[in-house]
Amino acid sequence: MATTLHDGLTPLNVAPEQKSDDAAGYYSLGDKLVDPVAPTGPIAQRWTTRKFENRLVNPANRRKLDIIIVGTGLAGGAAAATLGEAGYNVKSFCYQDSPRRAHSIAAQGGINAAKNYKEDGDSTFRLFYDTVKGGDYRARENNVYRLAEESANIIDQCVAQGVPFAREYGGLLDNRSFGGVQVSRTFYARGQTGQQLLIGAYQAMERQVAAGTVEQFTRHEMLELIIVDGKARGIVTRDMVTGAIDTHLADVVVLASGGYGNVFYLSTNAMGSNVTAAWRAHRKGAYMANPCYTQIHPTCIPVTGSHQSKLTLMSESLRNDGRIWVPKNVEDCEKDPRQIPEADRDYFLERIYPSFGNLVPRDIASRAAKYMCDEGRGVGPQVAEVGPDGEERMVRRGVYLDFADAIERLGKHGVEEKYDNLLDMYARITGENPYETPMRIYPAVHYVMGGLWVDYHLQSNIEGLFVAGEANFSDHGANRLGASALMQGLADGYFVLPNTIRDYLADGPFEKVAENHPDVVAARAAVEERVNKFLAIQGTRSVESYHKELGSIMWEYCGMERTEDGLKLAISKIRDLRADFWTNVKVLGASDNLNQDLEKAGRVADFLELGELMCIDALNRRESCGGHFRGESQTEDGEALRHDDEFAYVAAWEWGGDSNDGGEPVLHKEDLIYTAIEMKQRSYK
Amino acid sequence: MAVTGLIFIGYVLAHMYGNLKVFAGQEAFDTYAHHLRTFGEPMLPYEGLLWIMRVVLLLSVIGHAYAAFTLWARASKARSQKYVVKKAVAATLSSKMMRWGGVALLLFVVFHLLHLTTRTITPGGDQESPYERMIVSFQPERWYIAVIYLLAMAALAMHLRHGVWSACQTLGFTNSARARVRANTAAIFLAVVIAGGFALVPLSILFGIVE
Amino acid sequence: MKLTLKVWRQANATAKGEIKTYPLDGVSPDMSFLEMLDLLNEQLVTQGEEPVAFDHDCREGICGMCSLMINGQAHGPEVTTTCQLHMRSFNDGDTITIEPWRADPFPVIKDLVVDRSAFDRIIQSGGYISANTGSAPEANSVPAPRDKAMRAFNVATCIGCGACVAACPNGSASLFLGAKITHLGELPQGQPERWSRVVDMVTQHDAEGFGGCTNIGECTAACPKEIPLDVISQLNKDLRTAMKHGL
Ligand SMILES: Cc1cc2nc3c(=O)[nH]c(=O)nc-3n(C[C@H](O)[C@H](O)[C@H](O)COP(=O)(O)OP(=O)(O)OC[C@H]3O[C@@H](n4cnc5c(N)ncnc54)[C@H](O)[C@@H]3O)c2cc1C
Ligand code: HEM
Ligand code: HEM
Ligand code: SF4
Ligand code: F3S
Ligand code: FES
Repeated sequence: MATTLHDGLTPLNVAPEQKSDDAAGYYSLGDKLVDPVAPTGPIAQRWTTRKFENRLVNPANRRKLDIIIVGTGLAGGAAAATLGEAGYNVKSFCYQDSPRRAHSIAAQGGINAAKNYKEDGDSTFRLFYDTVKGGDYRARENNVYRLAEESANIIDQCVAQGVPFAREYGGLLDNRSFGGVQVSRTFYARGQTGQQLLIGAYQAMERQVAAGTVEQFTRHEMLELIIVDGKARGIVTRDMVTGAIDTHLADVVVLASGGYGNVFYLSTNAMGSNVTAAWRAHRKGAYMANPCYTQIHPTCIPVTGSHQSKLTLMSESLRNDGRIWVPKNVEDCEKDPRQIPEADRDYFLERIYPSFGNLVPRDIASRAAKYMCDEGRGVGPQVAEVGPDGEERMVRRGVYLDFADAIERLGKHGVEEKYDNLLDMYARITGENPYETPMRIYPAVHYVMGGLWVDYHLQSNIEGLFVAGEANFSDHGANRLGASALMQGLADGYFVLPNTIRDYLADGPFEKVAENHPDVVAARAAVEERVNKFLAIQGTRSVESYHKELGSIMWEYCGMERTEDGLKLAISKIRDLRADFWTNVKVLGASDNLNQDLEKAGRVADFLELGELMCIDALNRRESCGGHFRGESQTEDGEALRHDDEFAYVAAWEWGGDSNDGGEPVLHKEDLIYTAIEMKQRSYK
Repeated sequence: MAVTGLIFIGYVLAHMYGNLKVFAGQEAFDTYAHHLRTFGEPMLPYEGLLWIMRVVLLLSVIGHAYAAFTLWARASKARSQKYVVKKAVAATLSSKMMRWGGVALLLFVVFHLLHLTTRTITPGGDQESPYERMIVSFQPERWYIAVIYLLAMAALAMHLRHGVWSACQTLGFTNSARARVRANTAAIFLAVVIAGGFALVPLSILFGIVE
Repeated sequence: MKLTLKVWRQANATAKGEIKTYPLDGVSPDMSFLEMLDLLNEQLVTQGEEPVAFDHDCREGICGMCSLMINGQAHGPEVTTTCQLHMRSFNDGDTITIEPWRADPFPVIKDLVVDRSAFDRIIQSGGYISANTGSAPEANSVPAPRDKAMRAFNVATCIGCGACVAACPNGSASLFLGAKITHLGELPQGQPERWSRVVDMVTQHDAEGFGGCTNIGECTAACPKEIPLDVISQLNKDLRTAMKHGL
C-alpha cells in the first residue's frame, strides 16, 4: 500500500461526532479537551522548534529546584539520571528494594529505532507511520512523531552506557524485524533487552545518587498526591519497612509508575505492578485517558490451575518460526499432539489470514486463539472459569505453537541457537520439552495503552504533575507496536521530560510549601485513615481473593472481546465486589512494619475503582479498534470495524466520586486530527 | 596470600626434589644438605642461602597465616547468624579444609623443625647425618613418626589441591572456562606429585626399601 | 502433595527469629515455589496468623527480587530463581526448610525478607559508565568485537539477587562484583574508568562487610544466571592491573 507523505500543515480528517451512547447513565459529558501546548507547523520541525522555544533554567537555579519522580523503570530511571545530571534535586521512589527491579526489566523482545542501519528503507517517518497505524489511528501524531525522532538517540545513549546489544561479526550493531514489521529496526540483547536497558538507566541513576543529585527511596510506596494552590507539590509515601507515613514536597512531581495490567489479576506484569500512584492522582483531578485500551499478547504460557499467580510471556519472535494450530476435531483435544495426523490439524491463522499467516498482529492472533478455545478446540488441561452467563465451566485454554517444521528446516541446533533461553524457560515452567511436543500458548494481558492524560509536554491537566512511560496514555493509541514501549519509556525519560519540564520550572523555584500547610496535613491524614481502615475492617475474606475475583470479571467481560450486555453486567458485579471489599476484607498484622497484605489491600482497592472505569470506557466506545474488539462492531466476516467518524478521539475521564456513593465519571473528549497521515481501515486478509 | 602460597609451593618442590636424593644414597643426600649450607660461599657466609631462605619462609608463614586469619575473621563477621540447614554443592573437600589444613601444616612444620632441624625431638637417638636422622626416625618400630608425616602429607595434598587453583584464580590467570580447567588440572597434578614425592621417603624407609 | 514446611519467622529486624513448622496440603506439582507459599499464606490468613513475608515481584526470573534459602540451597535445588522453581522438583511428604539469605550486610527485615541495598551502594561506588544524556556519539562509531560483546552480555545478565552471597561460605559478593567489572570492562566504552572502577567497587564491597573470596565456587553453582567463576579471576586481574597503575 503506497503511503502518501503529508507536510502536516492541513487537517486530513474532520472532528468525530459520536452517535451511539451505550454508556448513558454511567457517566456525564464534560467539556472538550484540547492539548494546550500542541505544536503546529511542518511535522518534522515541531519538536526541534519546541525544544528551542522552551525556556531554560539557569544552572545555578537548578540546585534550588526539587523534583519528585515516582518510578525507576525505563521512564523514571532515565528521567532521574538525566535531571540529576542537569543539576536538579531529584528524589526517586520505587516500591521494590532496588531501582533495578522495576518491571521494565522483564521486556524480552527489543527496542525500535529508526537508524536504518540495514538500508531497508526505514526512516523516522516510516517508524512514525507504522506506530500510528499499529495504534489504529487513536494516537496523537505530534507525540508519535517526536518518539520516532528520538528513537535513534536512545540507541546512541544506551550504547555509550555499556548496554550490550547484539552485534554482528564486524562489531557493529545487529537488528531484527519484530512484530510483523517489514523493516529490521529492532535492537535487542538476546531475550533480555528490557533488562539490559534498565540496568543502563539504573547505573546512570546510581551514578547520580553517588554524586548527590538524586536521593533514592526504595521500598517506599506513593499513596497520595499533594496539591497546593492547584499545583502538584508533593506526595505522601509509606515506608514499607517501618510503616512510616511521610510527606515529600517539591516543585514538580513526575509519575513514571508503569502500567495497570494487574487489574486483570493474571497478567504478564510483576506482582507489585499497580495503579495506585496514577489512581491517587486521578482522584485528585488528573484525567485518566482511554483506560480500556489493553494489549493482549498472543504468546503466553497458558494457565494451569487456580493457584496461578501470574502469566509468563514467551517472546513474540517465536511466531516467526513456530506454527500455530489446534485439532480439527474436538475429540482430538485430549490426545498427544504428536499422534494427530497433519490432515486433522487446523493451522487456523494460516487458514484465515493466508498472506500474514502466523504473523498477524497481536490482537488478531489473540482473538483467533480465543475463538478456537471457545469452540471447544483448545488444548492442555481443563481449567475452571466463569462464562459470560456467570456460570462456572471447564475449558481448555491453549493452542499449539509447533516447532516441528522449524526443527526440520533449521535443525534442532538452529532452533536452539535462535530461541534457546525461551524454550528453556518454557520447559522449566511447564515441565514439558518443547523440542519434542509442541508448546502450548494462550493470550494474556500484557500492556495498557491507557493511562493518565498528558499534553505534548507530558504534563497532566494538573499543573506541575508530569507523567511518563506506560503510566501515561500518549503514544500508542489503541494498540502498541511491538518493541515500542521501551522506546517510549526511554524517550520520555532521557529526552522529552528534561526538555519540557524545564519550561515549567523556568517559573520556579516556587514558594516553598510548609509541612503544616492544611493541604499537606490533609493528604497525609487521608493516607493514615485509609491504612487504619484496612486494618480495622477485620472481615473474613483475604485481599487476594478479591483481586482474583475482580480479575476474572475483567478478563471475561473487558478482555479480548466486549459486548454491551457483558460490560453492564461487569460494572454491576464490580460495584458489588467493591462494596463487599470495604466491609469484609481481612488484613492481619500492623501498620508499623513490613506488611505485604496491607500494601496489597491498597492496590486492590484502587483496582476495584479502576476496573469499573475501564468497563465504562469500553462500553462507551462502541467500535472495534486496536486491541479492543467490540462484539457489536464487526465486518460481515467477523473482523474488527472502526468508526473514525464517531470515535477518533481520546476519552479522558475525570473522577466524579465513587459510584457506590452516587458519583459518576465525567468524559472529556480530545479530538484526533491528523495532518501528516491519512486514516485507513486495516486489513490483514 | 597467593604470593606466599606460591613461595611455599616453590619451596616444597625444591625440598621434595632434595629429599628424593635419599634414593641416591647417604652420600648424595648429605652432600646435598651440606651444599645447601655452603652455597654461595664465600660471597655468602656459611648457611647464608639457607638463612635467606629461612627468613623468606618465616616472613611468608607470618604473612600467609595473617592473611588466612583475616579472611577467616571477615568471613565469620560476614555471616554471624548461621544457617539452620546449609548444603554445599560445589565446594571441594579440599576447599572446605583449607583453614584446618593450614593449621595442621603449621603444627607439622613446627614438629618437623624440632625433629629434623633443631633435633630437639630425637626419636631413635640423635644423629649427625641428616640422612641417618631420617632413616632412624622412620624405622618400622617408630611407625607413629611415619604416620605423623604421612598424615601431614595428606593435609599438604589437600591444601595444594585447592591452593594452586585458588592462587591462579586470585592472580587472575583463569579468565575463561578452559583456563579454569587447566588450573584445576595443574592443582591436582601438583598436589599428587608433591605430596606423593614427599611421602615416598618415609614410606620406603618404613618398608625397608631404603636402609 | 502434602508437605511439612519449616519457615524462619522473625517479626522485625531486631526481633529474635525462630523456625516454625507448618503442615501444608493440596500442593500441586505445577505450582511455583512462591505459589506454594501463597497457598500457605492463604491458609495462615484463614487461621488468623500473619502471613509469611517474602520478597518477589516479576515471578519470571528476571527482576532478582525473590530469594530464599531452600533446604540449605540458595533458590533451591535447581539452577534457577525461586520464582521459577516448581513444586515438581519436590516429593510428596517432603520437609522443606526455608530461611532468609544470611549475611550481615543483608540484614533481615522481616521473616524471609532481607535488605540488599548494599548492592546498590556497590554500584554507586563505580558500577557505571559515565555518559551524560545527550553526549553520546553515534552508536556504530565505536565497534565492539563480537566475542567481547558476547562475554559482556553473558555476565551482564546478573539479576542482583544475592544468591552468590547467600551461598558463599565466606559471605563474599565477589561473583556479583566480578560480573559487573567484566561486563563494563569488556566493552570499549568501559575502558576510561576501568581501573578506578575496580578499586572503588572492591573498596565499597569490603566496607559493606562482605567476606573475602577464597575461590570455593559455591556462588556460581547457586547463581540462577550461571555467571561463571572466571569473572572473579577477571576482577582480580583488573585489580592487579589497577594497582600497577598506582590506584
Ligand atoms: C513481560 C513483558 C515483556 C515486554 N516486552 C517488551 C518488548 O519486548 N518491547 C517493548 O518495547 N516493550 C515491552 N514490554 C512493555 C514495557 O516493558 C513496559 O511498558 C515499560 O517497560 C514500562 O516502563 P515504565 O518505566 O513506564 O514502568 P515500569 O518499568 O513498570 O516501572 C514502574 C516503576 O514505578 C514504581 N512504582 C509503581 N507504583 C508505585 C507506587 N505507588 N509508589 C512508588 N513507586 C511505584 C515501581 O517501583 C517501578 O519502579 C514488555 C512488558 C512486559 C510485562
Ligand atoms: C601456616 C600454616 C598455614 C595456614 C594457616 C594456611 C591457611 C591457608 C588459607 C586459609 C588459605 C586461603 C584459602 C584460599 O585462598 O583458597 C591458604 C591458601 C594457600 N596456602 Fe596455605 N596455609 C598454611 C600453610 C601453607 C603451606 C605450608 C603451603 C605450601 C606448602 C600453603 C600453600 C597455600 C597456597 C598455594 C594457597 C593459595 C593462595 C591463594 O588462594 O591465593 N599454605 N592457606
Ligand atoms: C616426608 C616429608 C619430609 C621429609 C622426609 C623432610 C625431611 C627434611 C629434612 C631431612 C630436613 C633437614 C635438612 C637439613 O637440615 O639439612 C628438613 C628440613 C626442613 N623441612 Fe622437611 N621434610 C618433609 C616435608 C616437609 C614439608 C611438607 C615441609 C613444609 C611444608 C617441610 C619444611 C621443612 C623446613 C622448613 C625445613 C628446615 C630447613 C631449614 O631451615 O634448615 N618439610 N626436612
Ligand atoms: S552473580 Fe548470580 S547469584 Fe550473584 S547476584 Fe548476580 S545473578 Fe544473583
Ligand atoms: S563461593 Fe565464595 S569464596 Fe569465592 S568463589 Fe564464590 S565467592
Ligand atoms: S520474582 Fe523476579 S526473579 Fe524471582
